[in-house]
Amino acid sequence: MGFFLEVLVGGLLAGVMYSMVAIGFVLIYKASGVFNFAQGSMVLFGALTYVSLVERHVKPVLAFGVTLGALVLIALLIGRLVLRPLVSRPPIVLFMATLGLSFILEGAAQLFWGAQVHGLDLGIDDKPLNVGGIMISQFDIFAAATAGVLVIGLSLLTNRTRLGLSLRAVADDPLAALAIGVRLPRVWAIVWALAGFVSLVAGLLWGARLGVQFSLSLVVLKALPVLIIGGFSSIGGAIVGGLLIGASEKLAEVYVGSLLGGGIENWFPYLLAMLFLLARPVGLFGEPAVERV
Amino acid sequence: MSSPDTTLSAPRTFKPYPQQRPLLKVWLAAVLVLIAFVVVPVFGNDYWLNAILIPFLVLSLAGLGLNLVTGYAGQLSLGSAAFMSVGAYATYNLLVRVPALPLAVDLLLGGLISAVVGALFGLPSLRIKGFYLIVSTLAAQFFVEWIFTRVSWFSNDDTSGVLSAPRLTAFGWKIDTPAARYLFVLGVTSVLFILAARLVRSELGRRWMAVRDMDTAARVIGIPIGRTKLLAFALSSFVTGIAGALWAFAYLGTVEPHGFDLNLSFQVLFIIIIGGMSSIGGNFLGAAFIVLLPILLSNAAGALATVGIEAGQLQNLQKILFGTLIIVFLIKEPDGLARLVQTVRNRLRDWPLRA
Amino acid sequence: MTTSSNALLSLDHISLSFKGVNAITDISFAVRAGEICALIGPNGAGKSSLLNVINGVYQPQRGSVHFDGHAYRRMNPYHAAHSGIARTFQNIALFRRMSVLDNVLTGRNLHRRSTWLEQTLNVGRARSDETVQRSYAEVVIDALDLQRYRHTTVGTLPYGVQKRVELARALAAEPRLLLLDEPMAGMNADEKHVMAGYVLDANTQFGVTVVLIEHDIGVVMGLSDHVVVLDYGKKIADGAPAEVRSNPDVLAAYLGTRH
Repeated sequence: MGFFLEVLVGGLLAGVMYSMVAIGFVLIYKASGVFNFAQGSMVLFGALTYVSLVERHVKPVLAFGVTLGALVLIALLIGRLVLRPLVSRPPIVLFMATLGLSFILEGAAQLFWGAQVHGLDLGIDDKPLNVGGIMISQFDIFAAATAGVLVIGLSLLTNRTRLGLSLRAVADDPLAALAIGVRLPRVWAIVWALAGFVSLVAGLLWGARLGVQFSLSLVVLKALPVLIIGGFSSIGGAIVGGLLIGASEKLAEVYVGSLLGGGIENWFPYLLAMLFLLARPVGLFGEPAVERV
Repeated sequence: MSSPDTTLSAPRTFKPYPQQRPLLKVWLAAVLVLIAFVVVPVFGNDYWLNAILIPFLVLSLAGLGLNLVTGYAGQLSLGSAAFMSVGAYATYNLLVRVPALPLAVDLLLGGLISAVVGALFGLPSLRIKGFYLIVSTLAAQFFVEWIFTRVSWFSNDDTSGVLSAPRLTAFGWKIDTPAARYLFVLGVTSVLFILAARLVRSELGRRWMAVRDMDTAARVIGIPIGRTKLLAFALSSFVTGIAGALWAFAYLGTVEPHGFDLNLSFQVLFIIIIGGMSSIGGNFLGAAFIVLLPILLSNAAGALATVGIEAGQLQNLQKILFGTLIIVFLIKEPDGLARLVQTVRNRLRDWPLRA
Repeated sequence: MTTSSNALLSLDHISLSFKGVNAITDISFAVRAGEICALIGPNGAGKSSLLNVINGVYQPQRGSVHFDGHAYRRMNPYHAAHSGIARTFQNIALFRRMSVLDNVLTGRNLHRRSTWLEQTLNVGRARSDETVQRSYAEVVIDALDLQRYRHTTVGTLPYGVQKRVELARALAAEPRLLLLDEPMAGMNADEKHVMAGYVLDANTQFGVTVVLIEHDIGVVMGLSDHVVVLDYGKKIADGAPAEVRSNPDVLAAYLGTRH
């Protein structure tokens, strides 16, 4: 029983990391209606820039600020040069554009900073803690706590501030929001900046765990099942989806994977997502659209 | 009611353009066939055959496969490499386990097996629409990669994980020189392209485009949506599967699961975006692009080095270029190079009559 | 009023609601074979929803649809098409990236006699089948004067022409019943006149029973044999154009003196 709990908790904590990346997607989807495949590359770019600056003896806080600024700049450029010209096209086209973007960002990041793996030290010991007989990694707890703070912060921002109200209005109906005087470009810029911030935090945490390397950009492939289950436009859904995927992935790997020879964590989340979609084509938290003919 | 409009059917009196001179078209086609089937294999050097022409042909075929399901039927698929993999492994097993069967039959059966797998992973498309569908083909991509790695039966219990392609023979003719491999690939590709060109102009092609453009309307006029979508996945995977077999046997020389990874799927998707979705000829243009650009870049390595980009970084530069081109094409010319070529042809046809 | 005995289509106590909002409440009427029946009423009266019920896009909570001698508790669009019901939509549901000819040919899909394999290899019934379908498509294109647009991509055509193409596609299916959702919307008086002519041709030359939704009273009076008036999801009049026109309930609904 203890082992099961350990695997479960480990899975849930991994799921927290997935959720964080997924939240970045949700923010962009709410504002611009597009699944930003390039998010993973932004995570990579952020982590790589931060690490390279720190290695060049830039103070961590400054490095964080510079990186954030760079990410926000990139986000704004994307909005202007890529999303605006494609505004009326079907979602598949937008997705393919973000695919192209991801290639550009990955290539640029590695062209700039090189392709070696960098270690990232955030100053947290990864000694496992013994909580009630279960071993939990300290780092995972820190990551979960950070995620929690992030989510609470975002929820407060969205639900309690005027900016949050404008955000929700834009997400619901951009034209109507325009009509009541909301400044669309400003709101979009803020949302993309927030997404950049979340990406950077997620990138730093992931990078500390796995090392900052190219495969970081593949987290996007983990985020997709999370979003499908949790819905693309709900932060709460991203959390639940992430936890679900994280837990089921680890449990499946241990209990089912041993029967099948291991290595199933690549496709298992997708199988799960597919089953969900077949049962409920709009995800757990999505809003079904009433199609008027 | 107004009387029928007959002015446009009046005969033209000026000199006919090549499009209206069928004899010229036949001559051009004959010359092309001569060059492709005779001149190239006889005079072509090994490097060109092995590193450029063969992958170009096979990738065109893979692009054609993806185009059928994504370009014509509108069902986005990110699993091309997976279906190529199925075709390669199926053909490999047939070649090795049932040596009595001729190569053509092995290829055909390999394609059929791939078609069945494709239809299976296409089943979700009956309920899931639009962008969400990529989940199904991504699941296929990861699952297929995994199963060919884990289950050793597919690899004929070879422990190395990388299988070498067996010797190919067709009708007693040993396909072991670059020229022979090229001709073999050219033959298979030509046949499939001709069939596909007919297919997309048939009723099925029309139904695919109807489902792509507005499936609710298609349902209302009586088109069986489910059957139409499944046929798209099946036929697409058939072509893609054969392309995969050719990729492994005629180009790589090896069969391994990681040679058919997500990157390859992306490459094939880029081929149809750049070449032109819902186009047959466009697949050649897109494949030419994908094959020639890296070569161009490595040839320009000297010039690039002076700008500070070392040779090791060429792959990253390539990534940036591809990404940029995708976006440019999506914004400016969503119907790809095929439409661009057509526009240029139309302009040349009117020149110098255009003011 | 048409009796159910000689009716091609009859609706029996149809009620339809969306999440608690009643779109249609207890509507019954019948359409005789060969007639042109107009559905009129203020906006939001439930006319489009009614058409959607007839061809199975919406399922009514109560009531049934009788078509061509069969009763349907639940109809679906595929089945409706196969039974001989064709329709056009308010917001033009054409295949925008295909040509006019291709769009009309898709309308022939129910009459295809060859398989995709036969067509690809050009064997068996493929050739004769293709000739038959093309000939009929040409008949329809000819009848609606679309010859000059035959190879034009539909998405580039003017609005009025697109509406004609949609009508052509519906007619190409050789339907028994044609449902037209505001076929003359957005047209000026001349265009309406021409379109009305095409609808009349559909009825007389092609022998199709027509149910159409229309706002222009002049068109309705001139074109239809039978008028059904809806208001707030209920039927408030049903009969020949002349009687309906002088019905006080109808006048009140249009002028808004009741409620």
